[in-house]
Amino acid sequence: MAERSDVASLKQKAIEVRKNILKMIYTAQSGHPGGSLSAADMMTALYFGEMNIDPDNPGWDDRDRFILSKGHVCPVLYTCLGMRGYFDEKELLTLRKEGSILQGHPDMKRCPGVDISTGSLGQGLSVGVGMAIRAKRDDKDYRVFVLIGDGETQEGQIWEAVQAAVKYELDNLVILVDQNNLQNDNCCDVVMPTGDLAMKFRAFGCHTEQIDGHDMEQVVAVLEKTRSWKGEKPVCIVMKTIKGRGVSYMENVVKWHGVAPNDAEYIQAIEEVEAGLQ
Amino acid sequence: MSNYKMGLPTRDAYGEEILALGHDNPLVYVVDCDVGKSCKTIPFLQELPQQYLNVGISEQNACGIAAGLATCGKIPFVTTYAVFGSMRMLEQIRQEVCYPCLNVKIACSHGGLTPANDGASHQGIEDMGILRTIPNMTVIMGADYWATRKLVRAAAELDGAVYLRFTRDGVPAIYDEAAAFTIGKANLLREGTDVALIANGDVLIVALEAAELLEQEGIHARVLDMHTIKPLDHEAVLAAINDCGGIVTIEDHTIINGLGSAVAEVIAEEGRGKLVRIGINDQFGESAPYHRLLEKNGITAAHAVAAAKRLMKR
Repeated sequence: MAERSDVASLKQKAIEVRKNILKMIYTAQSGHPGGSLSAADMMTALYFGEMNIDPDNPGWDDRDRFILSKGHVCPVLYTCLGMRGYFDEKELLTLRKEGSILQGHPDMKRCPGVDISTGSLGQGLSVGVGMAIRAKRDDKDYRVFVLIGDGETQEGQIWEAVQAAVKYELDNLVILVDQNNLQNDNCCDVVMPTGDLAMKFRAFGCHTEQIDGHDMEQVVAVLEKTRSWKGEKPVCIVMKTIKGRGVSYMENVVKWHGVAPNDAEYIQAIEEVEAGLQ
Repeated sequence: MSNYKMGLPTRDAYGEEILALGHDNPLVYVVDCDVGKSCKTIPFLQELPQQYLNVGISEQNACGIAAGLATCGKIPFVTTYAVFGSMRMLEQIRQEVCYPCLNVKIACSHGGLTPANDGASHQGIEDMGILRTIPNMTVIMGADYWATRKLVRAAAELDGAVYLRFTRDGVPAIYDEAAAFTIGKANLLREGTDVALIANGDVLIVALEAAELLEQEGIHARVLDMHTIKPLDHEAVLAAINDCGGIVTIEDHTIINGLGSAVAEVIAEEGRGKLVRIGINDQFGESAPYHRLLEKNGITAAHAVAAAKRLMKR
């Protein structure tokens, strides 16, 4: 188990991450706040605790890899990268602007710290499988974390990738499912029910855990736990989350998948995030 | 097929060269999609299992896994059939290979009409044109065994995405082991200034036969092997326009967006030159003998001769 102080400082970091997400999207007047906020706690735990990375050396071959398969929520990734020092934090305000390293979806050729370009849903997990197989073949100790959305599991390629991860016994691969129950058009249950995702991943052969993705203690604890799993099985963590988490009017509201707040909404959002999340 | 002996399928050449490459360079990987037997990669599996993956019938996944390997410095060859390698995994190629400029090769057997008995579902006739439209992609088809071996090696040495296309069935042997190939540079097989025949892949032989028939009538045809349709050898096309005026393109591919279209683009932008495209006439194939499929689309020496003469009269 992580120290309580770790959890407290990560909670504090997560507030900063959320504020940066909102600031970026508000400044750009474009982007995807809902899914960025639902993934914010896990992303904070990864980038400020769990992952073995070196911002001064983004291409370090022994680093842990992170793949944002749900690439549209890149504000949360960019924020973590900026706050960790992969680039000047001032860059965050260039999101989606011409010439920016922070494209509308992550571009590994432009943005340091992005391990693979993403944006087309369903594809990131296969790439993570390739990276994890390479670690096994070359006796590398790094791990590969892949964040996917629950809506994204509607893509068949996700399940192709899980099959391969199980076949190649990738216990160095951690699949993180941000189960916020909403997608672009409506609730997942209305658009295309994804069913019991934990049961599905378990049935495919993953070592699967379910947590509250906004409880930092649970997030830290599950990451700690999965580190010691060497069961020749890929790891899957299904996180129950709330889309738009931390901003009352965004929470569980389909509309906030891909729109930016106006002036008044932005002020309210920052106030609410600063007031803390409990 | 007068002066040329029947040779091996070019998929055999791929199987042999990828095995040699794998031995020479441990970074070379094969990612199979349950068609390793057909694509001749089983010896690679047997001799180099640490550099081999078979991900089953999941081409999109295969492409993504290859991209992941490439981010770690490997040189993966995703191996499948042309139909799947160009269409089933197309968007994965675009998003995870070409956009991030990763060093992944898509190596495909069953290109064009050579899987003749298999019928339309397995005859990849649109593939080269489709791949040609994606930025950062190189598109190649060797004409015979030696051309394919050399071009597969050249592709492995090129840092970037390459689509390679092979035949299922045997094709005439045109080149020998001494032949040299440069990606993006056409091979001049026959000099001539009356008309130019530009072809590639399994139907390069049609151009050579047509040139011989034309020669019997005193017409000197230039023959170019345009094994790389992207990047196209612009200079060679321009020289053909300048020296010959008329060009006949011959390809085992739909006439839309393949070799003929690439040459047409040069002619149109130059505002000079004349063109007849010979290829698959915007229709699907069917189960039939290979030569019958070619005949049904007019991909024959006789048709090429007639086209060349027509051009010279224009």
